[in-house]
Amino acid sequence: MPSFSHFLHTFISSKDLFIDAALLTLKLTVVSILIGILFGLFFALLKISRIKVLEYISNAYVFLVRGTPLIVQIFILYFGFSGIFLIPDFWAAALALAFHNGAYIAEIFRGTIQSIDKGQMEAARSLGMTRILAMRRIILPQAFKRALPPLGNQFIIGLKDSSLAAFISMNELFNVSTTLGSNNFDEMTYLLIVAVYYLVLVAVLTMLVSLFEKRLAVSDR
Amino acid sequence: MNDREMIKIENLHKSYGSLHVLKDINMSVYESEVVCLVGASGSGKSTLLRCLNFLEKRQGGRISIRGEEISPETHNINSVRQTVGMVFQHFNLFPHKTVLENVIEAPTMVKKIPKDQAIAEAKELLQKVGLLDKANVYPSKLSGGQKQRVAIARSLAMKPDIMLFDEPTSALDPQLVGEVLATMKELADEGMTMVVVTHEMGFAREVADWIVFMDDGRIIERNRPNDFFDHPKEQRTQEFLQATMLK
Repeated sequence: MPSFSHFLHTFISSKDLFIDAALLTLKLTVVSILIGILFGLFFALLKISRIKVLEYISNAYVFLVRGTPLIVQIFILYFGFSGIFLIPDFWAAALALAFHNGAYIAEIFRGTIQSIDKGQMEAARSLGMTRILAMRRIILPQAFKRALPPLGNQFIIGLKDSSLAAFISMNELFNVSTTLGSNNFDEMTYLLIVAVYYLVLVAVLTMLVSLFEKRLAVSDR
Repeated sequence: MNDREMIKIENLHKSYGSLHVLKDINMSVYESEVVCLVGASGSGKSTLLRCLNFLEKRQGGRISIRGEEISPETHNINSVRQTVGMVFQHFNLFPHKTVLENVIEAPTMVKKIPKDQAIAEAKELLQKVGLLDKANVYPSKLSGGQKQRVAIARSLAMKPDIMLFDEPTSALDPQLVGEVLATMKELADEGMTMVVVTHEMGFAREVADWIVFMDDGRIIERNRPNDFFDHPKEQRTQEFLQATMLK
């Protein structure tokens, strides 16, 4: 184990590299989660569309994503398609992560949409609203609020999963820590340092989510 | 009261799978009439009401609203629904919207009425149901009776010609029933055409023009309130009334 003063010293001297890497990790996470939410919402709506073909498409998507490792999905997007077209490493990682998270987010949205009392849709329809309008104005806002805690959880998973982008040579947090560790023959110190960065990012994310939850909870008070 | 036929139901059938819940229902409701549907739980009265708003699909028969036959395939159900308001047993207020937002939602989003105008009209309606001071609170802050009065105002905001009430007081604490019934009575006095599924026999006797008694998916008896309660024609009505009064 490195001594605490050594750890602290290394932590400070490496901070510029790690902060750059943390920003890249954050960018990767935010972009992939935002796109993932769109994917998730889209496939959740397909699943509850009551149109068989669309349901199958949605089921197939969730099955493919949940049934294969994320690293395989990233490699397919980055290397697998390289003969046909070249995706920049950032977008290969971001899209693979979005595609991956989207499947889990789709299941989150589907669950929370279906958990909204049937009477809400009936009341909206009885007022002359179309199904789509009722979905947009009445069901989704309530479902989204209910989805926040599991979504927050998914964001944290997404943040940590972004470390797999190291394997397509992106200089995000994990890659920087292993590179510095092996260059300096000091793996343990740099691994502990990167763990601290992840913890801080997750703590910030957790705070943001709970802040958002509180803001949306106004109508419960 | 006049002769304009607001609702006409002919040979209506409804099943859930093999369960036949409405059997050959025929019934008319004329303008400004108040019809109370009574009967035991499971007799089909709520289902009948829901068929009138097309929340349930029917398997056979015809439903005409204001002389116009409505079939889900050919008609825009949403425009029919705008003329037929519905109040539910469990209120179904939108919990993420304030009382005022609940009331203006459909006028602004469906009828595209300017927001200022919708708000002015909503405030009048809230005044009418005695809840103007609650305009900016969320439904979670209201008692059951207040919620139901907001739900009535929300329905009225679409200016319906017909109001359907599905056991509007069944989910309320006993001391809150009166305020909702008073609001409904006021509405009836103003000439609103109403179909009310209810267990409140006192209300039915006082306010209804017709009482329709249902049992096992059929209309057993349709009668004027005084005759219905004092001289029921049918054996099954007598049994039902006895059971209700004894409880």
